[in-house]
Amino acid sequence: MEWETVIGLEVHAQLATKSKIFSGASTTFGAEPNTQACAIDLGMPGTLPVPNEQAFRYAIMFGLAIDAEIAKTSVFDRKNYFYPDLPKGYQTTQLDKPIVGPGHVEIELADGSKKSIRIHHAHLEEDAGKSLHEASFEINGHGMSGIDLNRAGTPLVEIVSEPDMSNSEEAVAFAKKLHGIVTSLGICDGEMSQGSMRFDVNISVRRPGEELGTRTETKNLNSFRFMEDAIALEVERQIDLIEDGGRVIQETRLYNGDTKQARSMRSKEEANDYRYFPCPDLLPVVFDDDYIESIRKDLPELPDTRHDRFVEQYGLSSYDANILSGDASMAQYFETAAKASGDTKLTANWMIGELSARLNAADLSIKHSPLSAEQLAGMIARITDGTISSKMAKQVFDGLWNGDGDADSIIEAKGLKQVSDSGAIEALVDEVIANSDKQVDNFRNADESKRPKMLGYFVGQIMKASKGQANPQQVNEILLKKLNDLL
Amino acid sequence: MNNSIMHNKTIADIIAGLDAGEFTSVEITQHYLKRIQQLDSTYNSYITINEASALAQAEAADKRRAEGNAPAFCGVPIAHKDIFCTNGVRTSCGSKMLDNFVPPYDATVVENFARAGAVILGKTNMDEFAMGSSNETSFYGPVKNPWDTNTVPGGSSGGSATAVAAHLAPGATATDTGGSIRQPAALCGITGLKPTYGRVSRWGMIAFASSLDQGGPMAHTAEDCALMLNIMAGFDPKDSTSIDRDVPDYTENLNQSLEGLKVGVPKEYFDEGLNPGTEKAVRDALAELEKQGATLVSISLPHSKLAVPAYYVIAPAEASANLSRFDGSRYGYRCEDPKDLRDMYMRTRGEGFGDEVKRRILVGAYCLSAGYYDAYYRKAQQARRLIKQDFVDAFETVDVIMGPTAPSPAFEFGAKGKDPVAMYLEDIYTIATNLAGLPGMSVPCGFVDNKPVGLQIIGNYFDESQMLNVAHQFQQTTDWHKQAPEGIEIGGAE
Repeated sequence: MEWETVIGLEVHAQLATKSKIFSGASTTFGAEPNTQACAIDLGMPGTLPVPNEQAFRYAIMFGLAIDAEIAKTSVFDRKNYFYPDLPKGYQTTQLDKPIVGPGHVEIELADGSKKSIRIHHAHLEEDAGKSLHEASFEINGHGMSGIDLNRAGTPLVEIVSEPDMSNSEEAVAFAKKLHGIVTSLGICDGEMSQGSMRFDVNISVRRPGEELGTRTETKNLNSFRFMEDAIALEVERQIDLIEDGGRVIQETRLYNGDTKQARSMRSKEEANDYRYFPCPDLLPVVFDDDYIESIRKDLPELPDTRHDRFVEQYGLSSYDANILSGDASMAQYFETAAKASGDTKLTANWMIGELSARLNAADLSIKHSPLSAEQLAGMIARITDGTISSKMAKQVFDGLWNGDGDADSIIEAKGLKQVSDSGAIEALVDEVIANSDKQVDNFRNADESKRPKMLGYFVGQIMKASKGQANPQQVNEILLKKLNDLL
Repeated sequence: MNNSIMHNKTIADIIAGLDAGEFTSVEITQHYLKRIQQLDSTYNSYITINEASALAQAEAADKRRAEGNAPAFCGVPIAHKDIFCTNGVRTSCGSKMLDNFVPPYDATVVENFARAGAVILGKTNMDEFAMGSSNETSFYGPVKNPWDTNTVPGGSSGGSATAVAAHLAPGATATDTGGSIRQPAALCGITGLKPTYGRVSRWGMIAFASSLDQGGPMAHTAEDCALMLNIMAGFDPKDSTSIDRDVPDYTENLNQSLEGLKVGVPKEYFDEGLNPGTEKAVRDALAELEKQGATLVSISLPHSKLAVPAYYVIAPAEASANLSRFDGSRYGYRCEDPKDLRDMYMRTRGEGFGDEVKRRILVGAYCLSAGYYDAYYRKAQQARRLIKQDFVDAFETVDVIMGPTAPSPAFEFGAKGKDPVAMYLEDIYTIATNLAGLPGMSVPCGFVDNKPVGLQIIGNYFDESQMLNVAHQFQQTTDWHKQAPEGIEIGGAE
């Protein structure tokens, strides 16, 4: 039986402002609990919010980047619910008059096809604090939870898509595209492991041609891989459920990346009535056209523009350019390494191949790559000048990854220098030919078209004799010449 | 001079006396502190008395004056309503919930008075979270009206009103969300002013209903209110709803003639709910103003009857959210030994809030609930716009609007306790100005059965100066504001 999947995303991106959205407290990540929460963030009696202009500016930058209309009048609402990490008992957010209206972004898929994903709106809101449930907190025999309000009041832009994605590839491509846009704009640091970007995925399934099915929401996914896994898991669960005669209920689910399992958090029946109403402490914020245009004028290069520039300037394929231009840090890494190494194509290949695979496996972003762009370039330069072979480069890469120093010192330490001395290689070739009478005879007697395939044996023996250090290109050239001389 | 009746002085008198060196700030501060010690057990107008810090402030003020660069207000003792946060001094908001709450910051109003060199005698009693019109909802017990201790002083600023009326402070700060300055001023026979919304910073003023709350002064005279408002008013970058607009010297226009003044008299403010004695006092006051050259213009504020119902949706709705922060987790009251989070929330709020506060939280949450929002909250906002438009239209033709402040004089304790709606109707003439954001005053204008009656003056937006001018001129030819309750010795009217 055929199924269609319908996916929509809600994305929370923390804005990289220095201070919070309604207070002067710092937003730096990783400080001691409750050292970056002022009286306003603590919801102390009599305190009042004062909006941070930078947060509005950043939200407008995002709106302009997705070709959306910027609301001339933007209103904050209170979303009421009780939770210890929500100091005021309400979250200040936007419901009816969000700052960013409908927009869209284009994603590119592995098969080279493109798709436009519509964005319903994006709004500004404040983040909540964090509850810390630690075994060590205990008073009078009761378990206790700690509250860290450092994060409370950090500005967020919540980006809500239309349900325009139909599989996990599209959802991840869309998520990566947003990540690329916000990091390129410099409005979010994109550090997903620190919660700077968090994804809620709405998923439903239906048979082709049918009405939309009941959706579930899987909340707070903070890596692209978790998103991919969580979508696969939820789609399978829903299809199994329906095929077994059950029905999907509208609920919020939590995915655990460690166990790769998801569980229901609450159903629609248990959902809060948030009693939204306009926040009377904040007046509607009005922007004039000049203000918006001045922001548009200063927009930095966006992923789409950069993609086209990479294709043009570096001769990359559209697909490669997409991978390297999407994320601001990735693009910067690439341009730095390409310039330093002098070999654009090889730099692209190493970044898309080995480096990406390693980063993915270690769940690291390019920003936290153990090897710098300069170090990668140093290695590539040694491949280009023939000092090491591509095969040796893998060992050098390991060394760079493990922090053993730069390429040259690793090459030196591991004795990886490629033998490019033609005299030495000739001697090796002669030795192998002398010890391979049978194979030489076969070569001689073989049909000419089959001879190239027979070279592999000789090359293998020569490389083995050189302990892998002979320059393969030179080996090929000299070997071919010597064998032909024997014909 | 006779120091035993120093408390008969207005703030203007005190400033003149300090300027002339007739007495020091320490002397007058000691005098008020002594009176509070002796008399306030009868009235219960103070929650906290700042004896030590008040004397220290007075000494500092005298020193500053001696150095010769002191601001006019330096050394004048006043009291703050216990809704204004005071750094290092318990700020209870009249609630058990905040009985242990000591803010680490000053309200902007408090800071402004500190900068001006004022001496803070203490924090005055109030209805819990400013919710009430009789001061009966305070966790610290009711305040007694000095004119008749069997009656209420009005609310929610009943402590400030009584402190001034009983001469336990020459002036006091207060707040007004639906009449909480004007109605107790009327019931206690003093002068009180609620400024235009946005004129006085709300930073550090514990919120009841954010779109309606406004701080203002209470004192014996319009001139004293002007002196206090000079210190209170002004733009505050810490309050997004405060308005960046020049602050005039409010004493400047006090002495202008009322010749040609057009006074709007809304027919809706003289309806069947009005006590006949109150009506007569107000009509007499209007006649007095006519004598001074004002013209009375009969006007209509056709949507007046919507004010009380709209207010009792909007104010509780905002309060229901504003009071959510009192959850026992960070400050204030927390129930004993909570079993879990839910238990902590339920018992903390169940035990920490009084009945009237709980009633309003419930009403507010209900009005905002899914399925009821349109019928209540949205409708109330529509009514609010109509009420505001009534005033905008009226001010096209008149300069000020006048009527009674409260429908009747002070009532006895418990008289309206069982019927919240009867209590809510106490604010029937004052609420509309809060909904419209307009400034309003109450000025003493007579007595009914020896209980004071207040004349309400409503001004146009940011026209506090004109309101004060009218009130001051009225007080030049009347002496209602100079009367003292029986037992309060002020040495006879001057």
